[in-house]
Amino acid sequence: MNNVVPGLAPEVPLTLPVPVERTLPNGLRVLLTRRPGVPLAEVRLSIPAAHADLAVADLLTAAIFSGTETASMSEIARRLQGVGGALGAGADPDRIAVSGNSLATGLPELLEVLGDLLKAAEYPDGPLEVERSRIIDGLSVAEQQPDFQVGRVLDARLWGDHPYGHQQPTADEVAAVERAAVLALHAARLHPAGARLIIVGDIDPDATAAAVEKALGDWNGMGESGTGEPRRMEPLPDMAPGPLVLVDRAGSVQSAIRVAYPAVARTHPDNAAQHLANLIFGGYFSSRLVMNLRETKGYGYSPRSRVDHAPAGSLQLAAVDVATEVTGPALAEVRAELRGMADNPPDAEELDLARRYALGSVKLATATQSGVANYMSVLAASGLPLSWLTEHSERLREVTPADIRRVAAERLDPDRAVTVVLGDGAEIREPLAAFGEVVAP
Amino acid sequence: MTVATIPAPAFAIERFRLANGLRVVLAPDPGAPVVGVAVVYDVGMRSEPEGRTGFAHLFEHMMFQGSHNVGKAEHMRHVQSAGGTFNGSTHIDYTDYFNLLPSNGLELALFLEADRMRGPAITDENLANQVSVVKEEIRVNVLNRPYGGFPWIKLPPVMFDTFPNAHDGYGSFVDLDAATVADAQSFFDAYYPASNAVLSVAGDFDLEQARELVERHFGDVEARPAPVHPSFDEPDLDGERRESYVDERATLPAVAVAWRVPDPVTDLDAFLPYVVLGELLTDGDASRLVERLIHTDRTATAVAAHTTFMSEPFASRGPTAMLVQAFLPPGTAVDAVLGTVDEELARVAEGVEEAELDRVKARVAAQLLRGDDSVMGRSRRLATAEIFHGDAAMTTRFASLLGEVTPEAVARAAAAMTPNRRAVLEVIPGGVQ
Repeated sequence: MNNVVPGLAPEVPLTLPVPVERTLPNGLRVLLTRRPGVPLAEVRLSIPAAHADLAVADLLTAAIFSGTETASMSEIARRLQGVGGALGAGADPDRIAVSGNSLATGLPELLEVLGDLLKAAEYPDGPLEVERSRIIDGLSVAEQQPDFQVGRVLDARLWGDHPYGHQQPTADEVAAVERAAVLALHAARLHPAGARLIIVGDIDPDATAAAVEKALGDWNGMGESGTGEPRRMEPLPDMAPGPLVLVDRAGSVQSAIRVAYPAVARTHPDNAAQHLANLIFGGYFSSRLVMNLRETKGYGYSPRSRVDHAPAGSLQLAAVDVATEVTGPALAEVRAELRGMADNPPDAEELDLARRYALGSVKLATATQSGVANYMSVLAASGLPLSWLTEHSERLREVTPADIRRVAAERLDPDRAVTVVLGDGAEIREPLAAFGEVVAP
Repeated sequence: MTVATIPAPAFAIERFRLANGLRVVLAPDPGAPVVGVAVVYDVGMRSEPEGRTGFAHLFEHMMFQGSHNVGKAEHMRHVQSAGGTFNGSTHIDYTDYFNLLPSNGLELALFLEADRMRGPAITDENLANQVSVVKEEIRVNVLNRPYGGFPWIKLPPVMFDTFPNAHDGYGSFVDLDAATVADAQSFFDAYYPASNAVLSVAGDFDLEQARELVERHFGDVEARPAPVHPSFDEPDLDGERRESYVDERATLPAVAVAWRVPDPVTDLDAFLPYVVLGELLTDGDASRLVERLIHTDRTATAVAAHTTFMSEPFASRGPTAMLVQAFLPPGTAVDAVLGTVDEELARVAEGVEEAELDRVKARVAAQLLRGDDSVMGRSRRLATAEIFHGDAAMTTRFASLLGEVTPEAVARAAAAMTPNRRAVLEVIPGGVQ
């Protein structure tokens, strides 16, 4: 029997595909990446939509497939299905996005359909009402989900009147949207100026560029201002610490604990150290948070932390759902682990483990067509190219324990964090009061 | 476009068996510098003993608690230290353990999987810890959310009568609390011999080197006889069965309907038309039930049809079912929806156009290819194809087999989905309206 854990073979260097970039005369930026493998293509279109009304945008993205000047909803769906394709759309405070995939041979057809939607979607009355009802029905279910409920309160508590403070419209807001508003939003915002189209897959970039030009070259280039310049989102305000927010959910058998604390942007010199500090704290299975709350105490199934980078700013968030009866002890452990990152900083070994994981994660995440497309899309939203991952990997190699201690001391402080807990108020109000003042949302 | 124009995935598949009975699948493909390593054991929720509901899944957790040369939490630490990820999942008919790593971590992953194939290191302490973790998993996924366990946990007891087919595979808290280290040992002894497992490796590696590494690490895993897999078969329903329950957190009425289908393994040819039918009914806005229920009648807000309870037609045995599930706008009567589903099935039974079927098949093929894009997904699918269909290379043939399904076979499948053979489960919303 072998009893020595084998070491690793020599490291295989990270190799990233190099996108071919074109900008169409109408302003559409196109990034084409050949990634052979399975004979498919992944498509990601992102259109700036800062300060669009979110309820209107949600209705637009749900109903954009409902018919165009020349094709019914069924005809659109059949064309996509025939090339093994599908398209979906969604909106957030920064953008309207359309994404999908198809057989690589069917990509020109999918692009033609996409062009037709962008140029000639009609939002007919009947289907629009169907989509409105479906959004409202879906919201009624989502509003019973702990993660959705606590997320909505956390956004409002963190960002107040900034558009990020209200990222999920209410049923009343969706009900009040008029068709004219959807048409007006499409006319004002769905334009190629500032938009970005990413295609990754088993494609020939030149032929694909020609197909994009054919399908989207005559997409109208002018937005509402007439200059083609999209409205910008103002930066997030500084996070304002305050009393713990308790969201009462009667009968809840778990408490959803969320602790938010500041973060620097991807382009900040401390970003690599922040990335590794987050991993060590709660960003992967071997982290302190998981080892303590899950593998030692058994308080929760998936304690976790993450860094969110959005166009308007960045944020770190620790999250765990725990049995109601251990809400107090679990929050105490989250806070202690957060504080411990500076008070009991990782040594070289703990840091190296996280570093090796981070370096490998980049390889894993870029090993699929959809992974490359998603990474390109996420980075592009911060104005960064895919090759930034290579530079970031080099910076990860340079981070020292002292760097971790410094970034932890600067931002990982439970007393300067924003804490929201959703759970059964009758059971958890008293244990939470031990941490200080408790307020309602 | 027809499915005939869709190329099959172009990676080689090598299969062999070690002296201890372990089946091995190697699928080298230098596309990206990563490697997927999966071990599938031929045991799932159906095999857990009475009084121990949820045990197959709990045991899966225990396989991460250490083994002969690996301490608690070290499996995860070793894989993550190599830049990799890992997980396990428990299904109705199998349990899988999988790792995705940069390709220089291949030997490490093989060592770790071989070490726990010799037996996990289970103690009272780590068992109690994981019982607690599993309870939190069940609270998150079932107890603390609307529609938890609908329909995969809730529908089988309506359709089936015997414990293996009907019980809750996530487990009751009473049964989880009753689990002992001795239970784990006997479960391991019965179901985790090498001869009851498939190891599969996909991605960037050298075939000869991998062959040698597999032999080196797994060759001396003890040879033990594989369990005899009992038939779990039950008679088909001879009259409609119908039940309902109130979900306090649900806001919309919901319904799931299931019909028994031919055995996905022993009667694959008769089963495949149901896979195509599921897509024809609910894949996209051009599909029959989406067009009718959602867009025309507006009696559903979402609808989905699929074969097998966990929607894995190529990794399931019989007895199993085809399911149609729908969420309805508030106040909508379930019977109206059931009646419409019957009408649409009757229309399909009258005949399907070749053109419609070709579109559906193109989409099915694209979805199967998409699953192959990730070497982790590929390694898992190769292993389950070897387990259930006796040949990993079947993964490359499913798309073309589905392509051969005729309009007549789809019509016959729809014709068999009659009200007297169905099990119906209705969710009555008790949540805030």
